[in-house]
Amino acid sequence: MGNILQFLKTCFSLWLKGGRYYWTWMVFLVVLIISGLIAYVDQLSQGLMVTNMTDSICWGFYIGNFTFLVGVAAAAVMLVIPAYIYQWEPIKEVVLLGELLAVSALVMCTLFVSVDIGRPDRVLHLLPFIGTPNFPLSLLAWDILVLNFYFFLNLVIVIYILYCGHTGRHYKQWILVPLVLLSIPAAISIHTVTAFLYNGMAARPFWNASILAPRFLASAFCSGPAVLLILFQILRKMTGLKIRDAALAKVAELMAYAMFINLFLLGAEMFKEYYSNTEHLIYTHVLFFSVAGKTQVHYFMWPALIASLVAFLLFLIPRTRHNIYTMNLGCLLIFFGVYTEKGMGLVIPGLTPDTLGEIYVYSPSLTEYRVAAGVFSVGFLVFTLLVKLAIPYLNQPHESPSH
Amino acid sequence: MNDSTRSEISRREFLSSSAGTVLAGFSLSTLFAGCSKEDIEAFLQKHFTELSGEDLQKVLRRLEKENEKKFGKGGSIDTSPAMKNVLFGYGLDISRCIGCRRCVHACVKENNQGREPAIHWIRVIEFPKEAGIDFAEANPYYCPSAGKESNLNSAQKEILSDPLSQYPLYREDKKNNTDAQCKVPRPEHFYVPIGCQQCKNPPCVKACPTKATWSEPDGIVVIDYNWCIGCRYCMAACPYGARHFNWAEPKLEPADFNPSMHYLGNRPRSRGVVEKCTFCIQRTRKGLYPVCVEICPVGARKFGNLLDPESEIRYLIENKRVLILKNELATHPKFFYFYSM
Amino acid sequence: MSIRDRLYGPAIIAILFCYNLSQATQQVQVPRPPFSEGIFPCSNCHAALELNAKRRQLKDEHTHIVLEHAEKNRWCLDCHNPSDRDKLRLANGELVEFAQSYRLCGQCHGPTFRDWKAGVHGKRTGSWDGNKKYFLCVHCHNPHSPRIKPISPFPAPVPPESKPFLIGGPIP
Repeated sequence: MGNILQFLKTCFSLWLKGGRYYWTWMVFLVVLIISGLIAYVDQLSQGLMVTNMTDSICWGFYIGNFTFLVGVAAAAVMLVIPAYIYQWEPIKEVVLLGELLAVSALVMCTLFVSVDIGRPDRVLHLLPFIGTPNFPLSLLAWDILVLNFYFFLNLVIVIYILYCGHTGRHYKQWILVPLVLLSIPAAISIHTVTAFLYNGMAARPFWNASILAPRFLASAFCSGPAVLLILFQILRKMTGLKIRDAALAKVAELMAYAMFINLFLLGAEMFKEYYSNTEHLIYTHVLFFSVAGKTQVHYFMWPALIASLVAFLLFLIPRTRHNIYTMNLGCLLIFFGVYTEKGMGLVIPGLTPDTLGEIYVYSPSLTEYRVAAGVFSVGFLVFTLLVKLAIPYLNQPHESPSH
Repeated sequence: MNDSTRSEISRREFLSSSAGTVLAGFSLSTLFAGCSKEDIEAFLQKHFTELSGEDLQKVLRRLEKENEKKFGKGGSIDTSPAMKNVLFGYGLDISRCIGCRRCVHACVKENNQGREPAIHWIRVIEFPKEAGIDFAEANPYYCPSAGKESNLNSAQKEILSDPLSQYPLYREDKKNNTDAQCKVPRPEHFYVPIGCQQCKNPPCVKACPTKATWSEPDGIVVIDYNWCIGCRYCMAACPYGARHFNWAEPKLEPADFNPSMHYLGNRPRSRGVVEKCTFCIQRTRKGLYPVCVEICPVGARKFGNLLDPESEIRYLIENKRVLILKNELATHPKFFYFYSM
Repeated sequence: MSIRDRLYGPAIIAILFCYNLSQATQQVQVPRPPFSEGIFPCSNCHAALELNAKRRQLKDEHTHIVLEHAEKNRWCLDCHNPSDRDKLRLANGELVEFAQSYRLCGQCHGPTFRDWKAGVHGKRTGSWDGNKKYFLCVHCHNPHSPRIKPISPFPAPVPPESKPFLIGGPIP
């Protein structure tokens, strides 16, 4: 007990220590959070009317971000696999940072779903025993289950590693390795179930394609590591974390394969739609062209597609893969590409035109942007605070783990 | 121990536990500014199918009190269950419908829909005859100059309160001549009113994460507006655009309030929940026709018991050409479009 | 006049024909036939008038009636009974009340008549499992020009774009 209190005390003292950049960053985040909170209170008091969603487009920016972040959460931990396969030297750091990112991404996921629902005061209805979860029929009930499992799994791993680091003991391999390995199927499950959530709706042909779940996984394999690669470099600069360029390039190579599969699956989907040219084509068409002179998704879908292609080439060619600048450029491009494709590029064409042919052009309202910025800030804040705890741990010398 | 008692006890345990109290207290204090006893009761209210007789009466009294406050009269909220050996079915004669939208507005009036933002459970869609039912050609906004919902003229109001005043249909009615340029049916067009299809295999019920919507034994898909969390997954899942969300607090004037209600039907909704057509459950469970059947000037709407071989709905299924919307989705609607000629 | 008055009021001629429904013989009610104001009973005027069966342009009365209903083969007295003007006349010579005009229509429009009796053509109100009120053919169809005329629709729904606070522009 004393140890835990001591641990908490250390946590707070670590959080309160920081340079100018740290505090500027924190103030920036807090300002965005407050702005988001004000916007959300307004949304609560007036109803979701303050968003630009309508009956026609009943899910929008919030759910788009949710979907993307599920991918980030899943894929961050996927990095554990290459780390194990390629015997990446500072393996603990990778695991820890992956889990940290997953925890933060899941915090954002949960918040994005929470701000999207009309009666947040009734969320308890979702819980077993207290409420009446529609299990196993509703994919949303499944999603809540796997997301929570994954969240707590990662939280346990993170706290365990940090707590061990704090007490100076080395973590027990037999505790950590099974948990980390368990997090891999869990990561796949959250993304698969989220894909199935869309996939299971026969009313929406754009989502009702069996290729959707594989596409989700393939794109997640790109976006999650992209975030991590950049974070690694930032941490390397700021904390002296030892990560070899070659290792980063290895991850980039894996991302190239994932991106290839992602683009291939997208191409397969597009071939089917455009060649068979049925009435279902219209949804894919919304993705790439202006339909009825109204839809706007293509404005950002084309750049996203080009970004993904360029990133793929950058990661495929060894010279650009090993060059730190082009690699970072690739990461940014992938992030943009996947954010668009798995965010608004997934939600909007799925709902446009709606089931009765209505084409409503949705773009988020200021409230939605503010709330979303607030949610992202909460996620970054959580991540920053967790990394802050992790830095001393990452910097302390480690003896090789005992088996 | 059966399911409902188990969850009842566990909920009570939960709420009496300190964690529950803290959680409940947190939600209440943050979400209901200045919460009253009623708010707390509403917060703790159970799922409709789990309410015992006594609890249900308490809930009904509370809801009536809420109505009293908002509309000046409590009205009566019916909770009568499905009748035995009844499975409702609906028929709509596409070859007769003229697209006059009287059903849309009669439905709004009967079912206490919010007027602003306006919610319509029925959407009348106009298609060009050569297109067939092709939703890419759908136009629900034909004759846009036909007046405003918030400003119905006296003839329209009279028709809504007394459907018989429409007859004889061929009498020149100058008062309702809102748009001499646009009369329905327009040449070369036909009309398909679409509302809830009351599917036997409803995608919305499957989607709902909280079991807040379900199929009743008489085939009506209903929602417990006090259990719905407003996630709108059902709306994404519905192939017919039949579900509608209360994006804001629905505006319903006391004069427009229909005090004859059913718990699962037309009682006033709050913001943040989903609503839909219930075949006028408050009427049909008393043996009456839904209000859209009552208003339809050309008699294109048919309603009855699918289990009664003598019913008009059975007659039309057996004798007419029937069309099911989005048949390929196997939702098995109990809403049958048909061609009488 | 309320719906109730219209349907059950003293002017209503109810219980017109028996139709076998749910094994039990059920009585069916119809509202009053939609006569023009002050026109019925017809004998008020016609009793004193001499019969003129000749096809001609009507000049003094009923001038607004334009026959657009198999008009080449038909004239007033094919349906209106010449001797007792308050009745209609079937092809076989049987006289029927105006409230039973559906029998007259049913002579030619057999399948439609059958559908009407089954409740599938035309309109019924009331109870789906009990007493129903039938509407006569002539409530919707002008007997002299039966094709349904276009009518003014009720207000259109509001397109989602016209949400007043919508903030436009493409997503960055």
